[in-house]
Amino acid sequence: MIQIKDLHKSYKMGKNSLHVLKGINFNVEEGELVAIMGSSGSGKSTLLNILGMLDSSDSGEYILDNVPIKDLNETKAARYRNKFLGFVFQSFNLINYKSAAENVALPLYYQKVPRKERQEKALKYLTQVGLKEWAGHLPSELSGGQKQRVAIARALAAEPKVLLADEPTGALDSKTSYEVMDLIQKINDAGNTILIVTHEPDIADMCKRIVHLKDGVIIEDKKIEQVRAEQYV
Amino acid sequence: MFNGDRWKEILEVLSSNVFRTLATSFGVGWGIFILIILLAAGKGLENGIRADFGDIATNTMFMWSRNTTMSYKGLPKGRRFSFKIEDVQAIKDNIPNLRFISPRNQLGGFGGGNNVVRGLKTGAFNVYGDYPEIIRQEPMTITSGRFVNHNDIQDKRKIAVIGVGVRNELYDQGEKVLGTYIKIQGINFMVVGTYQKKDDGGGEEGQKEIYVPFTAFSQAFNMGNDVGWMAITALDGSSISNLKEKIVGVVKEKRKIHPDDKRAVGYFDLYEQFNRVESLFGALRWVAYFVGVLVLLSGIIGVSNIMLIVIKERTKEIGIRRALGEAPWSIKKQILMESIFLTIISGMIGIVFGAAFIYGVNAVLDSVGPVDMFVNPSVSLGVVVIALVILIFSGLLAGFIPAQSAIKIRPIEALRTE
Repeated sequence: MIQIKDLHKSYKMGKNSLHVLKGINFNVEEGELVAIMGSSGSGKSTLLNILGMLDSSDSGEYILDNVPIKDLNETKAARYRNKFLGFVFQSFNLINYKSAAENVALPLYYQKVPRKERQEKALKYLTQVGLKEWAGHLPSELSGGQKQRVAIARALAAEPKVLLADEPTGALDSKTSYEVMDLIQKINDAGNTILIVTHEPDIADMCKRIVHLKDGVIIEDKKIEQVRAEQYV
Repeated sequence: MFNGDRWKEILEVLSSNVFRTLATSFGVGWGIFILIILLAAGKGLENGIRADFGDIATNTMFMWSRNTTMSYKGLPKGRRFSFKIEDVQAIKDNIPNLRFISPRNQLGGFGGGNNVVRGLKTGAFNVYGDYPEIIRQEPMTITSGRFVNHNDIQDKRKIAVIGVGVRNELYDQGEKVLGTYIKIQGINFMVVGTYQKKDDGGGEEGQKEIYVPFTAFSQAFNMGNDVGWMAITALDGSSISNLKEKIVGVVKEKRKIHPDDKRAVGYFDLYEQFNRVESLFGALRWVAYFVGVLVLLSGIIGVSNIMLIVIKERTKEIGIRRALGEAPWSIKKQILMESIFLTIISGMIGIVFGAAFIYGVNAVLDSVGPVDMFVNPSVSLGVVVIALVILIFSGLLAGFIPAQSAIKIRPIEALRTE
């Protein structure tokens, strides 16, 4: 599903250049649940941003679902993001003047899905994350866990190839974190490919594979026995 | 482009901070309000001055004889001369594109003694010997009977058309006028019509005139072939100002006046005066547009500023949208539409208030009666359409920089802003 070869990225800070990613190579198969771990500054968020086409790499190859991702202009990147990717952020990033259902329907709007179908789909995904009754509520009326579940529903709504989650449990207490992880695991069980950036070992253990980054290189890449989040809920 | 979701979003955004939206729209509304008021005031002045011109044929010159100042062909300088009736034909033959040439003679005038008698009543009036065409150059309404016609000219009929002012002085209320006789300098003329001129602000003078056939006038008052002065109107397509030199030239040749004698023939070019006033109106309109658009510009800058702030506030939201796959041009369109919507709505409010203001001014003008040189201030539909076009354009202008800055923010940076 994802193939990355010799990926480099550096940031210019005035006269100095900060080399963040120093040749990353890894592949992700369909249906995997991968945790990307590392201390802050290890380049894990940069990697996720490049995977999410929110940022561009300096050199290296990136192939997503057999489509080489290169020479992106913003319009093309927007289309690819909409078609291939679903995002879950640490700070939820819901649009605060839109109801839960409208938030979920947003990616579909950009796909020009007719209004009625949009609403049906939004409701379907809200039901999947257990928030059907909250469809008409504004984000400010929801708890942190609920907000993140709305965000996950939104990420799912466009039926993306890959779900990218940037510290999805970073702003949640551990009980809610496990609830969210339970949801993510179930979505993964249904066959979706998911990448999670996290620095919490217990969250990483709930994935099927852990990739460790340090100073811009992968120092460890191992498959693990998944810990189900269900038992903590 | 005009789908419901977009509109919903525009309304949501604009209504999220009502006071700010109102304050912003005030700037644009005020600008268009000023523009409308200025244009209407200019129009009012224009209407007022046009009303003073009345429906006089403006493409007209008046020409009269004076003393010569140069000797020519054996004739001395300082010679008093008069136009002759054959000069009219000479002008007609030599100058194309003339519509009317009216030779005129006149008796009486300001401060003249009583020259008209009817029974026991007397009065001092201007008496003109005229051709029928004069009514086209100096419009008047025939209130009863008829005006001078060509049969009158041919037969030298001693008839007269009198103004309502004359009738009021020489006749009792309700007395029969048509068919009666008045005595002008001892000669009887039969009254065949009465006229009324549009009030030109010159008091009753215009109503106290008597028109008689040119030929009868010449014969009755021993004018011979002399012509006092002429009113000459050019065809609509050509300007009398361009023809006047030639006309004067023809007359000079006929009257044996030195071609370089500039003072022998006096003339007044009404069209030139009219054009001068016309160009003044044009200048006024430009000033109105200039000032109005400048005021509007400050409103537009206000809108542009607010849109920039709105975008700053919504940077994160824009980042989210782009992460979810909204194309940059779609964001740009959204911001442009918000800006245009805001400008148009506030501009409409300005137009409505401007129209209401003009309506109020008109109502006041109506109630206090006519004011000198100011009649019916108004703006035409065309102006409103122009204003709307300016508004749409300014909305685009106001939204353009903010929209550009909105899509310049990279989504990754937009998402980082808290």
